[in-house]
Amino acid sequence: MGQDTRFALQVQNLHKVYSNGKSALDGVNLNVPKGAFYALLGPNGAGKSTLINILADIVRPTAGSASLLGHDVFHDKAWCKRHMGVVPQEIALDPFFTPREVLAITSGLFGCKPDNAWIDELLGRLELSEHANRNARQLSGGMRRRLLVAQALVHKPPLVILDEPTAGVDVELRRRLWDFMRELNAAGTTILLTTHYLEEAEELCDYVTIIDQGRVVADRPMRELMRDVAGRYLWLRYGEGFTMSDEDARALVDFQPRASDRGVCLTLRHGKPDETNFHEAYQAAVSRFGAPVDAGVRQEDLEDVFIRLTHDDTNDKQQGDRT
Amino acid sequence: MKPVNPRGAWTLFLRETRRFMTVKMQTIVAPALTAILYLLVFRYAMGARSVPGLDVDYFSFLIPGLVMMSMLQNAFANTSSSIIVGKVMNVHIYLLMAPLSAIEVVGAFLAAAVVRALTVATVLLLVLAPFTALTFAHFGLILLYGVCGSILMGGFGLIAGMWSDKFDDMALINNFVIMPLTFLSGVFYSVKQLPPFWQQVNHFNPFFYLIDGFRYGFLGVGDTNPFTAMWVVSGATFVCMAACWGLWRIGWRLKE
Repeated sequence: MGQDTRFALQVQNLHKVYSNGKSALDGVNLNVPKGAFYALLGPNGAGKSTLINILADIVRPTAGSASLLGHDVFHDKAWCKRHMGVVPQEIALDPFFTPREVLAITSGLFGCKPDNAWIDELLGRLELSEHANRNARQLSGGMRRRLLVAQALVHKPPLVILDEPTAGVDVELRRRLWDFMRELNAAGTTILLTTHYLEEAEELCDYVTIIDQGRVVADRPMRELMRDVAGRYLWLRYGEGFTMSDEDARALVDFQPRASDRGVCLTLRHGKPDETNFHEAYQAAVSRFGAPVDAGVRQEDLEDVFIRLTHDDTNDKQQGDRT
Repeated sequence: MKPVNPRGAWTLFLRETRRFMTVKMQTIVAPALTAILYLLVFRYAMGARSVPGLDVDYFSFLIPGLVMMSMLQNAFANTSSSIIVGKVMNVHIYLLMAPLSAIEVVGAFLAAAVVRALTVATVLLLVLAPFTALTFAHFGLILLYGVCGSILMGGFGLIAGMWSDKFDDMALINNFVIMPLTFLSGVFYSVKQLPPFWQQVNHFNPFFYLIDGFRYGFLGVGDTNPFTAMWVVSGATFVCMAACWGLWRIGWRLKE
């Protein structure tokens, strides 16, 4: 397969059909640049965890290939496993050991010399120091989740894959966890994550792939996605009893008008980056309905884009738009 | 997988050893107590009679069999419980995610099973020593059978753990396969006491060879030719290890 040194992880045409006949991945491609903070998004059941579990060697792929820093993930398994750390979605901990023991054992299993300084740092950064010597059974859900993160980092992998690392973690801790991830990323670690907190993904990640029903529906740098795919709307309020006739609708057809009983919403287009046809839209509305009592422009955020892309039956159109 | 990971295998071995050492009461003291109870009950039930066909008293006959039975059951328990607990709690995924080859994983699990079996055997023999004059006719054979038997049963335990999806499945194997095979293997009787048909049936029970060979190591007498037993046991051990390796390699019943 083509190994491009710019990428930390490349997945090509990955398929997975489970033994019950359910197809979870239907030809997924993924190119994660080195040093990226990469979001893999999709609704529940889209195939995100299947993809991650295949990379982690917990699930067997049906077809396709993957390479990590130029090494074949499915054939050079030991090398690849040493160079990636995976936080699985489901919280699972061996009840037999304390967090410190879990980390020491994991480090050993990955063939690393015991590095207590690093283990201490991980425990500290993930705020587990106080609980380091307690039985894993006594940890709260959020602590367990953080221990899983520590476990994935204990062998200092250049690629870290986090499957829903912040589910069930409170806002404050979530923020500190992301700060830590950002630091690791700044130090050169490539990070691939899935999350349902889309505003966090939008803020943190520089690349995004959205998958739905096992297929990629969007795949581009976050900024480009927001610039090109996120819509801008002009809304104008006229108050109670507003109506739009068929004739009005025909006249405004370029702006895909949507009317409510209080006003109308028009879709704006980008001419150049940072420039829209706001003025034409406003003029057109005013010429049909007169001056509004209030108006504003709304920019779609990642969540809107996500919902539009994954709830749209015309995904093929979006796929055609992709570069 | 080409690059070897001896540190990883060693860590796994230590982990599996720690697992039983931290619950010594359950894993070492309890089996020792069970074996002593058997011994006392049978000693007073059977009196001082000797075993028909073999020129030994019943008590001396019973000890090696009981020791071996404990070893086999403990070796099986060590691997099977670790794997099934891992599967039920979903922590087996960390082992799949670790850069360990099938040889390293299977080797570490089996080595830990052998250590547990030998620990239990040593404790048992130390406890039983005051009750009788132990003889070690062929120490090398004792060790060979002990180690082979533990590997064999540790391997069965590994496979049983992979096969099981819940604790019920494991209980099924324990009650319907392991217990009958161990009890009907000549621990408590000499097969020469059985009708000819059942003597033949016993020759298909791998436990029979393990226990008989082990006993031969202590007493210098047995129900079957110790060299036949050696071939059967080492052959079975080899096949079992190969099966473990092959099944782990493909992630049998571990990976979707």
